[in-house]
Amino acid sequence: MASSGPLGGSVIDDKVPTSRRPYSARVSALSLNGLVKSFGSLRAVDGLDLEVPPGVCLGLLGPNGAGKSTTMRMITGQVVADAGSIRVLGHAVPQESKQARMLMGVVPQQDNLDGELTVRQNLDVFATLYRLRGTDKLEAVERAVDIARLRDRQDTRAEDLSGGMKRRLLIARGLVHSPRLVLLDEPTVGLDPQVRAELWTLVDDLRSHGVTVLMSTHYIEEAQRLSDDVAMMSHGRVVARGRPRDLMAEHVGARALEYYGSATRLREVATAAATAGVPSRSTGPSVSLLHGEDAPPSLLDRLGEPGGVRETTLEDVFVLLTGEKVE
Amino acid sequence: MTTPATPTRTDTQVRWIEPSAIAAIWTREITLFSRYWRSTSFSALVEPLVYLLAFGFGFGSLIALIGDIPYIQFLGTGIVASAVLFTSVFAGMYTTYIRRTFQKTYDSLLAAPIDVHEIVLGEATWIATKAGVYGCAPLLAAMLFGLPPSWGMLLVPFVGFLTGLGFALFGVLASASVPSIDSFNYITSAVVTPLFLVSGTFFPLDQAPAWAQSLAYANPLYHCVELVRHAVFLQLTWVDVVHVGVLAFFAGLMGWLAVRTMRRRLIG
Repeated sequence: MASSGPLGGSVIDDKVPTSRRPYSARVSALSLNGLVKSFGSLRAVDGLDLEVPPGVCLGLLGPNGAGKSTTMRMITGQVVADAGSIRVLGHAVPQESKQARMLMGVVPQQDNLDGELTVRQNLDVFATLYRLRGTDKLEAVERAVDIARLRDRQDTRAEDLSGGMKRRLLIARGLVHSPRLVLLDEPTVGLDPQVRAELWTLVDDLRSHGVTVLMSTHYIEEAQRLSDDVAMMSHGRVVARGRPRDLMAEHVGARALEYYGSATRLREVATAAATAGVPSRSTGPSVSLLHGEDAPPSLLDRLGEPGGVRETTLEDVFVLLTGEKVE
Repeated sequence: MTTPATPTRTDTQVRWIEPSAIAAIWTREITLFSRYWRSTSFSALVEPLVYLLAFGFGFGSLIALIGDIPYIQFLGTGIVASAVLFTSVFAGMYTTYIRRTFQKTYDSLLAAPIDVHEIVLGEATWIATKAGVYGCAPLLAAMLFGLPPSWGMLLVPFVGFLTGLGFALFGVLASASVPSIDSFNYITSAVVTPLFLVSGTFFPLDQAPAWAQSLAYANPLYHCVELVRHAVFLQLTWVDVVHVGVLAFFAGLMGWLAVRTMRRRLIG
């Protein structure tokens, strides 16, 4: 008997020994506990705890230098943690790193395609690495060529592809073995809006087929659009975790009141808000009072009519919690 | 983009050396080699011819025989070792440096189920195989100058492979040790060239000063030269077991050091 798999086909097959069957749905796809990693005096990851249930797309949101890429590399065993533990699909990393890497696909932030090889040859090398053989390998490469939408360029060297094509090939390479967990490290950095939208569709497809996705990004919109759950990272640790909607409701409320004016006026607004216990943040030419719907009337009387009212965003949460800007 | 389809692999049993990992490295290398084999083969064949013409006829007019072997045949068999050395050590140094540092090839591989020792082994065995094959080119060239064929020549590719494996791994070790690609100049001048010159390729070492002979015994290339000559001229004795042992020890030591050093470079 077979059941429907994460990518639309059969993943459980009675011919496959139990020990080699997919991990249990009760086990976290990814479990990070107390991870610490320092490079010299720089503590890149500082006591990171993260659980990712199977089938969830988790957005790891944070500014550059927050420790997202180091975390990704620790998951693949390319960086060894100073302390803490990692389990990927039931396998301890780095002790069982190779088994874990068999089951996950990685799309790195930077292009590390083999430029001298063609599209097809790049995919073929990785299909071999993932132990695909014979017709399985041929079919996997064909599928990956389609994922990358590079059928008409399959015999072109990777170094001759455009930036968007390279990115698509990187993604297809990470999916060539139909992994159960996909790590996307800043997948849309430097891409034009069209390619970015295509990639978002792909992530949607992966998620809808039950593939677990861990996606690091510093784009708020991307995290909000794609993630079931968002983990906000700052200075190497998770400072908030939850569904985007819940995070906004908890930390910044539904509406933000925007006050405009001179620098002096903006300082007065921020000070008054702080005195009244209302969170606020600087938003360019204005100061936004968060939890606007709950602001005390005395404060509103004192500050006068706001220049605008807007819905809160995930960015408000992030800036409030970390004090850092994101794109 | 198209949604990916059915997963086809559920096997997560792993071995210390995974055949698929080595196969992937070789797949890549064979793909690239199929593109560049003409120029590589041309240079592998023409270089020994040039050596034989220049040194063989140059020194050959001054030295007729080394022992009872015509000088040009002595030289032709000796050049096997230098062909093996240059084929393996420079590929080990430059190719792996470029792939690690500029192309980030190893970085991409390590996100897949392959470990550093498998990358090193895959690269080194491929380079050694090429060295074993191209090491025979000087024999072909020397046959044009009168070297008689012998069954012992069939052993030469294996000697070339074993020697090439050690020097490829030495190259990998060097590539993982240097701070920049320019530093290879030091290694070439201070290590590779002396190894080449004090190996018995161009002149017999039994009449060299004692210190030079001692140096030669520590030089893996000398053992390659001796093995090749003994094989080609059908003079193999138990001493050649020692030569094989030295080359095997050299390859093992270089392999251990290369993997350790490369691991430090690639795993943070």
